[in-house]
Amino acid sequence: MSKFKKKKSGDLPAINTASLPDIVFMLLFFFMVATVMRENTLMIENRLPFADQVEKLDKKDLIMYIYAGKPSKRYQKTYGSEARIQLNDKFASVSEIQQFIYSERESKREELIPYLTTALKVDRETNMGLVSDIKQELRKAEALKINYTTVKGAANQNIK
Amino acid sequence: MARRSAPEVNAGSMADIAFLLLIFFLVTTTIETDSGISRRLPEWQDEKQDPPDIKQRNIFEVLVNSNNQLLVEDEEMALKDLRKAAVEFLDNGGGTGDEACDFCQGAGADNSSVNPKKAVISLVNNRGTEYGTYIAVQNELVAAYNELRDREALRMFGTTFTQMEANYNDPKYNGDKDALEEKISVIKNMIPQILSEAEPMTSS
Repeated sequence: MSKFKKKKSGDLPAINTASLPDIVFMLLFFFMVATVMRENTLMIENRLPFADQVEKLDKKDLIMYIYAGKPSKRYQKTYGSEARIQLNDKFASVSEIQQFIYSERESKREELIPYLTTALKVDRETNMGLVSDIKQELRKAEALKINYTTVKGAANQNIK
Repeated sequence: MARRSAPEVNAGSMADIAFLLLIFFLVTTTIETDSGISRRLPEWQDEKQDPPDIKQRNIFEVLVNSNNQLLVEDEEMALKDLRKAAVEFLDNGGGTGDEACDFCQGAGADNSSVNPKKAVISLVNNRGTEYGTYIAVQNELVAAYNELRDREALRMFGTTFTQMEANYNDPKYNGDKDALEEKISVIKNMIPQILSEAEPMTSS
């Protein structure tokens, strides 16, 4: 049955890769659109606590981030292991929070200011003393909308 | 002169360039949105104000000490029991006359709240309390409120409160948002979230 005999063509035919750039570009555009650049480099340990009664935080441009926690390994030599606050890219003291809020407000359009939310990204091993100091400062700065940023998970995971 | 056709550009390296960009964006992408427990802080007051007059039976006291232990209404309690205790307190419905609660299913005990509208949950934590524990307690208390609100919403409107809020916040939801807002505020009015937080204690 010579009908089914394969022709001896030798090598496999090369796969046509002409559409490869198109596929890659498609992916590229997707990621370009979906990308939000990381704004801050974290200098602290930041393992967020777990919670399941959460609300989503949309509109990233309307959020001010305050980080707190122990300095990460790299910085422990210079800054010690006591929990600290990080604003933007550097460590800050409690008294600098008000100034930070005001300067963040200034950089936003006026009509958006009432919608500004402060997201507290605090390590789960931090003491409440520091957190309530932050909250007092926020109250003084009239930044009353806050959000305790958490990771999705059952609350009892927080307690070891 | 003979017309020469333009030489074709070699596009073989296009894929490489695109890959390079693609990998860059892949690495820098953070797609996930943050989520968390939203709260509204009370406004700053310069002078000390007298605390409002609230009956002891309407206050549900939650204390967290520096060893992350819970003291609820003067009794030690594990975190897993907190939600149930809070629901029982809010849902007690021991009021009569003006204060009567027409939807509560609780026992109506004398030493518990009269009406969810009057019930206050007071959370006091210590400066040494771990943040994780604090969030866990907050989470359980919010869960207690949500549980009750869900139950009432299901009874009155046929959907849960959390579902209604999710729909309300969903820009793609194509139902009647005004009606939804109305329903949400009815429920919020019936069971307001009154969570008072004192400034943390410094010692012990």
